[in-house]
Amino acid sequence: MSNCAISCEGLSKRYRIGSSDAHYKVLRDVITDAAANSFRRLRRVARNGSGKPHSQTHPGFIWALDDVSFEIEAGEVVGIIGRNGSGKSTLLKILARITKPTRGHALIHGRVGSLLEVGTGFHPELSGRENVYLNGAILGMRKSEIDRKFDEIVAFAEVEEFIDTPVKRYSSGMYVRLAFGVAAHMETEILLVDEVLAVGDAQFQKKCFEKMREIGTQGRTILFVSHNMSAVRSICEQALILDKGRVVAQGEIDRTVDEYLAQFSSSVGLGEVVETNTFSVTRVDVTSGAGPVIKTFDPVQVRVQFIPKADIQDPGVYVSFLTMDSRRLTGLDLKDFVTVAPLPAGEPAELGFTIDSLPLMPGSYQVEIHLKDMAKRLIEFVPQTFPFDVAETEVYGGRKLDSWFGNVGLKAQPLDSISLKGAKAER
Amino acid sequence: MQSSVPSFYIEPSTRWSSLGLRELWEYRELLYFLTWRDVKVRYKQTALGALWAIIQPLFMMLVFSLFFGRLAGVPSDGIPYPVFTLCGLLPWQLFAHALTSSSNSLVASQNLITKVYFPRLVVPISAVLGGLVDFAIAFVILLVMMFYFAVVPSWRIIAVPGLVLLAMLTALSVGVWLSALNVKYRDVRYTINFLIQFWLFATPVAYPSSIVPEKFRAFYALNPMVGVVDGFRWSLFGKPDPGVSVLVALIVIVPVLVGGLYYFRRLEQQFADIV
Repeated sequence: MSNCAISCEGLSKRYRIGSSDAHYKVLRDVITDAAANSFRRLRRVARNGSGKPHSQTHPGFIWALDDVSFEIEAGEVVGIIGRNGSGKSTLLKILARITKPTRGHALIHGRVGSLLEVGTGFHPELSGRENVYLNGAILGMRKSEIDRKFDEIVAFAEVEEFIDTPVKRYSSGMYVRLAFGVAAHMETEILLVDEVLAVGDAQFQKKCFEKMREIGTQGRTILFVSHNMSAVRSICEQALILDKGRVVAQGEIDRTVDEYLAQFSSSVGLGEVVETNTFSVTRVDVTSGAGPVIKTFDPVQVRVQFIPKADIQDPGVYVSFLTMDSRRLTGLDLKDFVTVAPLPAGEPAELGFTIDSLPLMPGSYQVEIHLKDMAKRLIEFVPQTFPFDVAETEVYGGRKLDSWFGNVGLKAQPLDSISLKGAKAER
Repeated sequence: MQSSVPSFYIEPSTRWSSLGLRELWEYRELLYFLTWRDVKVRYKQTALGALWAIIQPLFMMLVFSLFFGRLAGVPSDGIPYPVFTLCGLLPWQLFAHALTSSSNSLVASQNLITKVYFPRLVVPISAVLGGLVDFAIAFVILLVMMFYFAVVPSWRIIAVPGLVLLAMLTALSVGVWLSALNVKYRDVRYTINFLIQFWLFATPVAYPSSIVPEKFRAFYALNPMVGVVDGFRWSLFGKPDPGVSVLVALIVIVPVLVGGLYYFRRLEQQFADIV
């Protein structure tokens, strides 16, 4: 047997997606379900008999993970990357033993610490000190272990003076620091971390990253889920890429992430049509005119394809660019540029912009769309945003820049270096 | 190094799994902390605090003494009625509280269940244990009352811890069933109050079990709380003789508890998905 920390084979997880009130059952439903289930079971047997994989879902079910197999060596730090709904969190939940796979199995060597949420089990009425012990126990730490680490945790969280104050009086920053502090001091061989570092202020985030990196150098195995590509790159050596519940790539981090970005980020297609009252939005694309990956200062096209459900007299579109935490960076309104000819109902149409030079720094962004009929004073918000990534590049020709450098790219030139003693500068 | 670390095998749900009592033991510190949290938080931000542990049984005692003892003239085996009924109320309230909170416990801790792994049995068990502190406080009041009414306890008082355990096991045996069912069917939440009211009348809290006709006694003792409450009175007052009712209680509880634990373990695998 090799030095394998985690090995998965054919892990699959099916979820029931029903009406929103189907979260829990009422007894009366059981009787009807029982009949339906036995029928379904028969069909499932029939289907598996034919050896067909189950990616084609039964209506009402979704395969959050579909036949996922991989191995992770002890001591590896692996970033799990994928869009929302690609199965990252489900995978962590299965490995953390919170939920069971529907099929497949996994073998794990080592104690598993999971940090799927910061501050699980924190009680607002209890003091910081009490919550450290409670939260530690919930995360599987022994009391003696917490005793030993207590001062370190408090120092890390910078809440020394407030440690005996109920945490309901903490600022959200203090709360998060303390909660992360406890989790970061777990001593398990394997650590599963979900998107938890996206909290707190920038300075604290940096501290968390450093802590994560430190943990990563201690020879422990880490699985790390994040949307923040630069975080993943700086912490992890390996990447595992999931898409629609399947592993699409695994390998060395930089190469794998680049391939992934090239594959997904230049175009934001839609799985399904997004409906508003008057429009069916079929596709929203952000593409670079300079290559497969969007880079800072690339010429970029934004296309919005849709089908109007009624005649549109005076069509318009408003495209906003947002950060992933939904801060509006800038936007473009078509009416400031042109008046568009009327669009008949039922006929596919396309509106959009060409941007000469995209002033966004490397990182993840999203596009928000409003479609309009100015004649009817109609403005409809498309209830879904469309993410795209700006690739990490040497924006200014020097080192590779990432999202730490903010959002806005500036087209800049250095001043000529001159001696102030000399004559007047010439540009 | 490989041999020093534990290994886990993750596989799809199985129909039956072991009770996992050993793992439960490994998580005893979590059990302690969750119980401690429940106790600590219960009376936070209440003006009267732990006094509530005394007020509730005392008021019930007053009401029962007035309506049953005084007005209805319910007998009390020759013991002053207030002491008599308070002695029944203490194990009863321990039981009722344990049953209610354990039945609701899993649903109440869904944020834990969906985010962290631990043996789920910790949750209803800690909910049952959480009532012990209230009981201990109220027990002191009972002793004070006995002193006031000049009722002298006998050496049999050493049986009290065993009877407390029996009351908690009774609550747990039903509580594991209901807590697991509650995750799946929220109907349970509405049944609990009704169940407890019904159960109170089937238990000799406000009246002595001696008023139950002899021929129904055996049937009556199928309610484990009959054995518990009669046992309590026996251990403090020396009467009535609980006879076989404590034994019957044990015989009833054990299969219910073991069955409940297995059912819980089986359903446990889906908790995080359906809660």
